[in-house]
Amino acid sequence: MDSGPSGFVVFDRVQKSYDGETLVVKDLNLSIGKGEFLTMLGPSGSGKTTCLMMLAGFETATHGEILLDGNPINNIPPHKRGIGMVFQNYALFPHMTVAENLAFPLEVRKLDKSTREEKVKRALDMVQMGAFGGRRPAQLSGGQQQRIALARALVFEPELVLMDEPLGALDKQLREHMQFEITNLAHSLGITTVYVTHDQTEALTMSDRVAVFDDGRIQQLAPPDTLYEEPENAFVAQFIGENNALSGKVEQIQGDRCTVRLDNGALIDAKPVNVSQPGERTTISIRPERVEFNPELGPDAHTLDAEVLEFIYMGDVFRTRLRVAGRDDFFVKTRNRADQVRLNAGEHVKIGWLPQDCRALDA
Amino acid sequence: MTDATGPDQVTGATPDNAIRNADRADNGPVLAADGTPLKRSLNRALRREKTRALLLIAPLLLFILITFIAPIADMLFRSVENAIVEDTLPATVEALDEWDSATEELPSPDVFRALFFDLFVAAEAKEHTQLGTRLNYEQTGISSTFRSTGRGLDDIGELYQDVFEDQNELWEEADFWYAMMNAGDGAAAGDLLAAERARMAALTDEPKDGEIGFAPSATIASILPRTTREYTAFAILTALVEEDVVAEEEPWEAVFAALGLDLQDQSLRAGIEGYSGPGAAELQAALANVDSLPVVDYRAAFIEEDDDWGDPEVWRTLQTYSDRYTMGYFLNSIDLQLTPDGIQSRPEDEQIYILLFQRTLIMSMAITLSCILLGYPIAFLLANLPLRTANVLMILVLLPFWTSLLVRTSAWKVLLQQQGVINDILVWIGLVDDANRLVMINNQTGTIIAMTHILLPFMILPLYSVMKTIPPAYVRAAKSLGATDWTAFWRVYFPNSVPGIGAGSILVFILAIGYYITPELVGGTTGVFISNRIAYHISSSLNWGLAAALGSILLAAVLILYWTYDRIVGIDNVKLGG
Ligand SMILES: Nc1ncnc2c1ncn2[C@@H]1O[C@H](COP(=O)(O)OP(=O)(O)OP(=O)(O)O)[C@@H](O)[C@H]1O
Ligand SMILES: [Mg+2]
Repeated sequence: MDSGPSGFVVFDRVQKSYDGETLVVKDLNLSIGKGEFLTMLGPSGSGKTTCLMMLAGFETATHGEILLDGNPINNIPPHKRGIGMVFQNYALFPHMTVAENLAFPLEVRKLDKSTREEKVKRALDMVQMGAFGGRRPAQLSGGQQQRIALARALVFEPELVLMDEPLGALDKQLREHMQFEITNLAHSLGITTVYVTHDQTEALTMSDRVAVFDDGRIQQLAPPDTLYEEPENAFVAQFIGENNALSGKVEQIQGDRCTVRLDNGALIDAKPVNVSQPGERTTISIRPERVEFNPELGPDAHTLDAEVLEFIYMGDVFRTRLRVAGRDDFFVKTRNRADQVRLNAGEHVKIGWLPQDCRALDA
Repeated sequence: MTDATGPDQVTGATPDNAIRNADRADNGPVLAADGTPLKRSLNRALRREKTRALLLIAPLLLFILITFIAPIADMLFRSVENAIVEDTLPATVEALDEWDSATEELPSPDVFRALFFDLFVAAEAKEHTQLGTRLNYEQTGISSTFRSTGRGLDDIGELYQDVFEDQNELWEEADFWYAMMNAGDGAAAGDLLAAERARMAALTDEPKDGEIGFAPSATIASILPRTTREYTAFAILTALVEEDVVAEEEPWEAVFAALGLDLQDQSLRAGIEGYSGPGAAELQAALANVDSLPVVDYRAAFIEEDDDWGDPEVWRTLQTYSDRYTMGYFLNSIDLQLTPDGIQSRPEDEQIYILLFQRTLIMSMAITLSCILLGYPIAFLLANLPLRTANVLMILVLLPFWTSLLVRTSAWKVLLQQQGVINDILVWIGLVDDANRLVMINNQTGTIIAMTHILLPFMILPLYSVMKTIPPAYVRAAKSLGATDWTAFWRVYFPNSVPGIGAGSILVFILAIGYYITPELVGGTTGVFISNRIAYHISSSLNWGLAAALGSILLAAVLILYWTYDRIVGIDNVKLGG
């Protein structure tokens, strides 16, 4: 996957401000390879749509440059960029039928009638909506509209497709189904896709790479597994998946091992990621499924005392809520196995983990 | 792939379908908890709600009915109503029925005699000029005929009066007459009195039910029918209109004329001779002297009063318009007229209304069009500017609403007149020669300019509210799909704003078509609308029937346009707001 500065889409130190006072996008550097499925993930207001709009040409960057296939994009008006776009609320034209909606990009490209009809039919079949060509958008369900919007964005065979939270309005089941369909389509057609969402599961399941946005910056850009297992800072660790965070101070660092003294005085092992010197404040992050009860980790390993607050039965897994180091939002997730102990509220246990599973991040 | 919504449509023997079938096959209608059919108890529950809702809106409904529907209904009625002819000249209309208008001969003397008695009463009630005015709409000049004849009627009556009074001084006595005509203790002719009350009520358009201190004697009514009838009419008007005492007033000249006719009537002779009530001696004496009574030629007498009575055309008009309801006003509204030979177009120089209707329609369309052309970009700006700027602009749009219509129109006079600001500037720039200043006021240009300005907000507001609801994503989507700015606008934005254009156009057009003040002030003669003519007929010529007919046609035109619009565009496509 090409991720060098010579990518298909390149954001080069891009900044954006709407009002001249605050930067909505601060120093964005991003390179997207041809055929890649990249997701922009982040909380509301973090600047995802703004990035997409700059790429599509509806907003101009205040500073920096965006390159599309090596050409600065600022010189190309929106309608010449050939970028397919699926909008948050689909933006299907209500006064046209589904078929007319799909034919629109072909008409403005002056394709002849028979080619148009053939392409529209193929695109409708692609999203399994062949029978709905004569309907108006208002006569379709949300999921059907979504598929039409997708077909319309793809019908003129763009090389790049932008999707802004296209599944936001759908129910869970349909959303999962559509996630699958979209990724399949994108990969089978070999289209470069920039996908915006603030649903992390969606981001993880669909993407080749995920760019986590916060506060106008990319906090981490990595494939889904790396993002989950090796978050680079406390925000990403917290934002992606379930996470236990404890704060403390670095006691000592030895290679890829460090000891952290938590705020209640207990000592615990971790892997230094964002810390370099003893005495720095840090937030350690450990996934709930990597915590062990009454661990047997070796002689010099540290453990923590914990009190069980709640046992939650969830079918395939158990969730146990604990009070650890003065915080009572510490979760442990264990698989439902025959030999798995079920702890009761009020019990006292020892917990621990492998040092490489626990990451000492920024404070 | 499953549908996101909608029930599953599996047919066949599924458990669900089995339950549904069982439900359906169950014993007849579904019952509510108390055993009544569900439908009935639902209806009852809904009725209660409906009644309450109706009570809530009742005051408004009444208000609208009284102030809006009723005047319109009245207007529609007035446009065909024509009772005045029959109410004023009932006997004449009846007698004239037999006259063949195709001949060049005048109606028989009987008709003239009936006219004398009808007109005499009408003149006493001061209603004859109104009839003259009404008929004058149909034939110019009749009005003055009626007015001058009204003054001469007394002379005809006096021909008889003088003879009677020469015979016996008693005929001059009010109380002698009263004693003779009044029923007193004897039987009263109640039917006659009621009939006369009704005739007078129709004539004066006021009820005549008050106490008059007189009841015609049944005996005298049978031997002197004409006299009793006239005297009763005299009594009613004297008591209720003049508010005098009947017994103290000398009867009209027409009563003497009627008495003369009764005495000259051979078939009444025996009755009078056998009469023995009050005034019997004087009556029988007069009967004995019947030869000294004049035999009046009413036809000649009328023609002497006014030559026009000798013109069959006058009688034709009277006969044509004697029906209680008439198409006359409507025909008049479209430059036609009802003649004895059928419907014909009016003389060239009297044709005006078709032209005015056409002008009103065409100019209203021009105004609507210029409102669209001016209003669309403004509404577009308003809908797409940042809110703060848009609000300031919106105030500017609404500003005209806060100044008086009169002031605004007068301002245009100042601007547009030949020595006005615009001409001055054009001359100063050198675009227009000082000798050839543009004429922009007191003509159609002036009306169109001033009315466009006044009606513009009515176009902008609905357009704005529709444009506000068009998501910006539509245009963006169009552009991302490859459309140029213009294509995106024309193919996507514009079609979505059409409902706003529709709503604005209907508003502006309907307002324009009935506009009055502005065309009156800046329209001159070539720029006035049909409504100015309506106003003229209501306040100056007082031809309310014609005004009502013109108004009804205007109303019908608007309704037809509205209907056509509904058929073509669809009224649900009209949006006044989100
Ligand atoms: N047209 C605009 N004018 C001014 N500020 C804007 C404009 N559009 C967005 N912003 C601001 O820019 C910031 C980023 O907005 P953006 O729409 O990119 O967020 P987002 O990440 O897409 O959020 P969401 O997940 O809610 O869609 C927000 O603080 C927003 O208020
Ligand atoms: Mg967004």
